Amino acid sequence: MARSDAAEKLRGDARYVGDMVVPRMLHGKVLRSPYAHARIVSIDRSAADAMPGVVAILTGADLLDIDPYFGHAIKDRPIVAIDVVRFAGEPVAAVAATDEATAEAAARAIVVEYDELPIVGTIEEALAPGATLVHDQPLRPGAFHGLGTLAERDGNICYRYTIDRGDVDAVFAAADIVVEDDYVFPGVYQYAMETHSVVAQVDSDGITIWATCQHPFLVRAEIAALFDVPLGRVRVIVPYLGGGFGSKSYTKMEPITVALARKAGRPVRIVNRVDESMVTTRRHNMTARVRTAATSDGCLLARDVKAWFDTGAYADNGPRVTATGGDAAPGPYRWSAIRVDAACVYTNTAPSGSYRAFGASHLQWAGELQVDEVARRAGIDSIEIRRRNLLRPGELVRPGGKPLDADLVGDLEKVAEALGWSGEKDPDTGRGVSVGLLAAGAHPVSSAVVRMEADGGAVVLVGSTEVGQGQRTAFAQIAGEVLAMPAERITCQGTDTRFTPYDRSTGASRSTTLAGLAVQRAADAIRVDLLDIAATVWPGDPGAIELRDGAAWHGDESRTYPELIAKRFGLSGGQLIGEGGVHPEGTGSYAEGPVFWEVCIGAAEVHVDRETGQVIVHRTATVADVGRAINPQLVERQDEGATMQGIGNAMFEEMVYVDGQLLNDNLLEYRIPTIEDLPMHSSCVIVENEDGPGPFGAKGCGEGALAGIIGAIATAVADAGVPMTELPFTPERVWRRIQELKEEPS
Amino acid sequence: MRIALELNGAQTSMDIEPQEFLLDVLRDDLSLTGAKRSCDTQVCGSCTVLVDGAPVSACSYLAAETDERVVTTIEGFRDTPAFEPIAAAFTRQAALQCGFCTPGMVLTIHALLEDGELTDEASIRRGLAGNLCRCTGYRAILDAVSEVVAARMAR
Ligand code: FES
Ligand code: FES
Repeated sequence: MARSDAAEKLRGDARYVGDMVVPRMLHGKVLRSPYAHARIVSIDRSAADAMPGVVAILTGADLLDIDPYFGHAIKDRPIVAIDVVRFAGEPVAAVAATDEATAEAAARAIVVEYDELPIVGTIEEALAPGATLVHDQPLRPGAFHGLGTLAERDGNICYRYTIDRGDVDAVFAAADIVVEDDYVFPGVYQYAMETHSVVAQVDSDGITIWATCQHPFLVRAEIAALFDVPLGRVRVIVPYLGGGFGSKSYTKMEPITVALARKAGRPVRIVNRVDESMVTTRRHNMTARVRTAATSDGCLLARDVKAWFDTGAYADNGPRVTATGGDAAPGPYRWSAIRVDAACVYTNTAPSGSYRAFGASHLQWAGELQVDEVARRAGIDSIEIRRRNLLRPGELVRPGGKPLDADLVGDLEKVAEALGWSGEKDPDTGRGVSVGLLAAGAHPVSSAVVRMEADGGAVVLVGSTEVGQGQRTAFAQIAGEVLAMPAERITCQGTDTRFTPYDRSTGASRSTTLAGLAVQRAADAIRVDLLDIAATVWPGDPGAIELRDGAAWHGDESRTYPELIAKRFGLSGGQLIGEGGVHPEGTGSYAEGPVFWEVCIGAAEVHVDRETGQVIVHRTATVADVGRAINPQLVERQDEGATMQGIGNAMFEEMVYVDGQLLNDNLLEYRIPTIEDLPMHSSCVIVENEDGPGPFGAKGCGEGALAGIIGAIATAVADAGVPMTELPFTPERVWRRIQELKEEPS
Repeated sequence: MRIALELNGAQTSMDIEPQEFLLDVLRDDLSLTGAKRSCDTQVCGSCTVLVDGAPVSACSYLAAETDERVVTTIEGFRDTPAFEPIAAAFTRQAALQCGFCTPGMVLTIHALLEDGELTDEASIRRGLAGNLCRCTGYRAILDAVSEVVAARMAR
């Protein structure tokens, strides 16, 4: 089925938050700190106050009546800076004015005096003995960290995730092959094309916000807690989102917009510029030390990983990213010993949060490079070493977690074949594969309502959001399948927390699986209802009634759904309402989880120019191991998008920070892939083993390919003779590595 | 200053500030929100509209420059016959996800097709390099445009 939102989007009718206009609405602009770390000495707003058109100015002093700190993992972030700024770009004040230009001019007219503090600009600086502390207060846990009891802050380390299984040191000491290296992963900007945007309205009805948020119910909870309003009085409306990829997960620009609207007494709209969104959230840069032990014939024995994730000035989703990275660090192999120590580190840079396939993207490539190095030393092929060591379905991925629910060896063979693994190649061409797992699904709480209208059409209400993945189409298809009616007659629109039922979040590849399951169950309740009504039409033989083509059938006789509904209500009005939900059943806590293991698998063929260091990605292949593809075309599209983001992440995307200043805060200097970067060949294989927990055996997708492709490019470049330990693989970096290798004794 | 232009087929005149950009006038004054703002620096193409048939980045194009000229936004283009084949190919290929880049992409494609600049895969890659799409990874867009090009050539 074609996307249900195609016409709306092609015609320019799809509305995004930045297109919204509310009566009496003002425009907001944020004044941001130029310093990475400084004490605020004074704020003089008199010139701004005097400007015609300025309605309200918000500073930290306006927040004395509330506890103004938020953060779903760690409550460490003030709505606007209070006394101290901790990163360049941190909001210091916000202005609401009758038009955007006035708001911007007024923000510029505010005079802030700062007293500079020492900057902790890098992970190394943050971990150095006696390092300046980015935060000196005790950690306060947020409401949605899902990580058990948070330990105390340890210097600039706000969270640690560890795994310690087996006698790692003894295994390493006895191993024939030991591979070890240090790895560097860059900070990356998600670049959803639509920047963070919010319209907020505060009145006696409560707080209403139209927001670019992926998790409306979690934002609702944070806004309710911040402003001390009952949950039912906070209304979060999410129309179409112009991409998310994690950048719009959890709470971002909503609190400052609400606080400004509260002060102004009128609705306010804030639309970030790109440079502002770049410092609103980003992907964690990371450094890691990874070691792998193996036998001389390529049997993997132990892995030991230390990793440091730079979460910037505020934790945001850093603890979860760190934990997921820790889980991904060993790789999906049969280890006899594993040690992982992953730390989430504060620095004076922009806060880091979620970005598609977080954790797995960070560490899979490093581990996979080492698997290939073991294979090389053992004299076996990259595919063969994985075939021997990969976990099989039903084996434990980690103690206490869900056993593996995917056929990794099968997936690997498919991706290698799709790439053309065994074809001839010249020495400057490299081929690589990479395999990993991502704990997916987040917390399994979703609900849905399906309403069947008197005309026999249906409406699906869900709280997960349409970021572009096509969930509205998928939900209509799921409900249509259950209700035996065309999906085209089923409508699914945006989220409005006042009307759509609760859904935890939109991310971690969970919507089709969990919200989809809720939709399936809600539709099923209506199916049962329709059969009940039909049983009054043909009493005595309910077992012989079936639903087909939008009607109930008993032999050759039929009653359409509108006829059945009219029979129930005695007139041509009324509505059938079905409700469905998913919640933790048995185990399935977020910490133990996951809901399912998302397969992160990719293959790549690259060409390395030894003179210039330029790497060209010629071919890619991915496998979408989705259990059951509700809409195969949309599954492929997810992998294609993730592949391209993987290419950007691997080849050139990198936020360049010097002394806490982001040097490339625009799209001229921060380059993302264009259509010219599209490889000549790319393919996506869909695997349907019906082994997922979602509707009809489905499980999520859309993230795995990103981590898979980064790893595949890394192993392919190594296969061409240039093992790289620092991403992205810019020509300069690759060229330098080639020179180093020439000098190294082999 | 006062300008007079043909906007989406209708003669329009309006007062603007000399330094105002076309995108602000379209979105804020005329409520034509099909053109989107993203990079604001002439890189992404999400704000693309046509001026005398040529694609321009409205975020960086002075509204004053449209005086006496013909401006077409997606709100005008969508009701012309040329819209249909492009939209149909995009729909068939699911060449859009969030849709934020889509109106600008469609207008650029139309302008390049009219100029005969899209003939093969290489020309599509060249022609669309100024329109970013973060969601699709471009494969489906390339396939959709290839379909439209092939259909035009077969005519
Ligand atoms: S917003 Fe105009 S080119 Fe990006
Ligand atoms: S469809 Fe989202 S940016 Fe192109």
